Amino acid sequence: MALLEVKNLGISFGGLRAVNEFNISVEKGQLYGLIGPNGAGKTTVFNLLTGVYQPDEGAILLDGVNLTGKKTIEICKAGIARTFQNIRLFGDMPVIDNVKVGLHNHYPYSTLEGILRLPRYYKVEREMNEKAMELLKVFGLEDYADYQAENLPYGQQRKLEIARAMATDPKLLLLDEPAAGMNPNETKELMDTIRFVRDHFDMTILLIEHDMKLVSGICERLTVLNFGEVLAQGDTQDVLNNPEVITAYLGS
Amino acid sequence: MSFAAHLINGISLGSVYALIALGYTMVYGIAKMLNFAHGDVIMIGGYVVFVTVSGMGLNPLASIIISMAVCTILGVTIERVAYRPLRGASPLAVLITAIGVSYLLQNIALLVFGSDTKAFTNVVTLPNLELFDGQLVIKSVTIVTVIVNIIIMVGLTLFVKKTKIGRAMTAVSEDQGAAQLMGINVNGTIAVTFAIGSSLAAIAGVLLCSAYPALTPYTGSMPGIKAFVAAVFGGIGSIPGAFIGGILLGVIENLSKAYISSQLSDAIVFSILIIVLLVKPTGLLGRKIQEKV
Amino acid sequence: MKTKAGRISKTTKNDLITYAMVILAYIVMQLLVSTGHVSSLIQGLLVPFCTYAIVAIALNLTVGILGELSLGHAGFMCVGAFSSAVFSLAFKGAMPSGLRFFIALLIGAVTAALVGFLVGIPVLRLRGDYLAIVTLAFGEIIKNIINALYLGVDANGIHFTMKDALSLNMEEDGVVLIKGAQGVTGTPNDSNFTVGVILVLVTLFIVLNFIRSRTGRAVMSIRDNRIAAESVGINVTKYKLIAFTISASLAGVAGVLYAHNLSSLTALPKNFGYNMSILILVFVVLGGIGNIRGSIIAAVLLTLLPEVLRVLSDYRMLIYAIVLIAMMIFNWSPNAIFFRKRVKQRLTAGRKSGKEA
Repeated sequence: MALLEVKNLGISFGGLRAVNEFNISVEKGQLYGLIGPNGAGKTTVFNLLTGVYQPDEGAILLDGVNLTGKKTIEICKAGIARTFQNIRLFGDMPVIDNVKVGLHNHYPYSTLEGILRLPRYYKVEREMNEKAMELLKVFGLEDYADYQAENLPYGQQRKLEIARAMATDPKLLLLDEPAAGMNPNETKELMDTIRFVRDHFDMTILLIEHDMKLVSGICERLTVLNFGEVLAQGDTQDVLNNPEVITAYLGS
Repeated sequence: MSFAAHLINGISLGSVYALIALGYTMVYGIAKMLNFAHGDVIMIGGYVVFVTVSGMGLNPLASIIISMAVCTILGVTIERVAYRPLRGASPLAVLITAIGVSYLLQNIALLVFGSDTKAFTNVVTLPNLELFDGQLVIKSVTIVTVIVNIIIMVGLTLFVKKTKIGRAMTAVSEDQGAAQLMGINVNGTIAVTFAIGSSLAAIAGVLLCSAYPALTPYTGSMPGIKAFVAAVFGGIGSIPGAFIGGILLGVIENLSKAYISSQLSDAIVFSILIIVLLVKPTGLLGRKIQEKV
Repeated sequence: MKTKAGRISKTTKNDLITYAMVILAYIVMQLLVSTGHVSSLIQGLLVPFCTYAIVAIALNLTVGILGELSLGHAGFMCVGAFSSAVFSLAFKGAMPSGLRFFIALLIGAVTAALVGFLVGIPVLRLRGDYLAIVTLAFGEIIKNIINALYLGVDANGIHFTMKDALSLNMEEDGVVLIKGAQGVTGTPNDSNFTVGVILVLVTLFIVLNFIRSRTGRAVMSIRDNRIAAESVGINVTKYKLIAFTISASLAGVAGVLYAHNLSSLTALPKNFGYNMSILILVFVVLGGIGNIRGSIIAAVLLTLLPEVLRVLSDYRMLIYAIVLIAMMIFNWSPNAIFFRKRVKQRLTAGRKSGKEA
């Protein structure tokens, strides 16, 4: 059984049918791409998967667990983490604290223990710092640990967002246009990072992207959305050679 | 009969709230900021009329025009100096600055005019309307305020719908960035909004002080806040909403003063704000806005 | 590059400086008082210094850490003041003053926390301007209710009414504790400078440790980006409510200190109304939003200056207003931020090229 199973997902905003009969099935460990022209409904799919919007119909199953209708926090706890198209970091906080917020639910101690600095505070904080530094190292951000997040260079901000998402210990990682605004060198580096995350953490990744070099370079399977509907689905090369897909992108 | 009298007093108070709320709702609807100082611009407008009529013996109509001019300049200056630099900053920063401006106007008035209460001369010299052999009196200032409200409402609606600047305002209220890209002068449009809002504040000031003739530097503060409540009640950004919200709020305040407790009437008015925001945050006539992720 | 250990000691060092500053100020002040160098005017300000410092720290927790504007903190202060004053008055002579004040303190803090929690549930669902105006509304409602409240105690228990003292219907031996708009009179004078400074230190301890804890980080993450915080599993409502309740409770503590420094307590607009809330906000903004130490310094300086420089006192509010506006524009205007960043970049770039050459 696939890790992520989405069946007949649909949502309307007013009279606009944003997503219609959306089906996708992502196997564990897969690098899966979701592509399509602007306004095709890709980010809406992500918002549906993470509980930002509630679907009008359809079902979302992660590892066999039904997540349809659940709230964002519950979905995060169930194992879906994401990044955002327009980077959303905790800008005024240090880089390391951004990751520590991601670790929040896995390293508990109470508010009172924190205020009174009871032994558990010191123990858990130490473990959190170690884990956070470990994650920062994976993304080559360890030297920036004390920087204020919003002062990081753009490419590093994208990486920090992925690191924060990984800190929640997800089963599935959603990346919303990770290469947006990057130059070719940064994009190349990002492709290595994404591949590394998949191999190192044995992660399943679903990503939205416009950069075809990145998509054809790392995605194993693709789904193409157009006007809220699935236009094509399958192995990357087959989909990219599909004449309907080419028309949708280049216009008829 | 006493109920009718309380009701009429409520409408009288409410019509003043409505007038203030019209200015609030315009600025909030278009510039998307809570101009906390609006009530204090009203107070300044009141002082200008007081000085020109009682001090210089000017004709009331002339003094109202002077007051409108002063308030317009004041409003545009405030926008230019204090608010424009913060366009695009966090809403928290804008709000705190607006509170600072409100504070500033109050204290300037305090230094210039002193803290003593000035007896304001009613500029509406028409006779009161007496019904049922004088058992029920509708003050002329109330009638004038309601009429002025209606004129302004119709005028504003026509202005926003029919004129080029009015349509620019609608565009700015929808999306400042997109409006800019369409070649609309966003700063200019917001400045015009403040000019109109502030000149309305001058009229509101005159009618407020005519109906309740005690003028102090804090005169505008509480009615200003309550008028904002009225604007939210009616649906922020909606011109008829401000009028309906204002009248309803005035009636509710006066009836609770009469039948529940005069000390708790403010508490009741503010409870309405809380209830409206929790049950129907868009108010009676407002529109829903969705957040983009 | 600083090490991780260096980072931890840096925030800790910062906190220690804040504690040391308060203790040092206390010692210096006590020395000056004991050698007779302090006028009675200033001596009378010592407890208010502590009161305003505490409430400024409390509000900074809401404005700077939670990132929401409360215009109702004077209301929470009012709740703390009245609940504790009623207790102290009722138990005047019934227990040693130290114990009585300690219990009064707990009552004030818990009552304000409770009110803060109840107010917070609806209020924190709102955002930005609406949240601010609703906290203002709640503050005014609290003040109005207390102004209309009569509370008395007799052999039959506690009586209260919103009408007048007679409507309490008490026995002969009954004592009226809150007399409507006349408030509470005869509260024992249990607070002093030492108690005040201890409470400032306790407040600091709570707030600083809170900020450096897991909960504090969750609260700040909501401030910086609510949607992202939710996406990593932060329960937004819960953490907002925790921060707001603590903030209200500490404002209540300031109220307890305030009430026990005066023999008669009334809920006037100038001490517990909207104007007071604005004054507290001025302390927070001038001290630096999110800067706890700054709040203390601003609260003390802005309470002291107008008293010392009488000339200033007429212009004090005017100056506050101008400084408030100027500070906001300087610190928050996108242009000013851009300008500061560019200057900073120039400076660092200059240093780098200097190194290379």
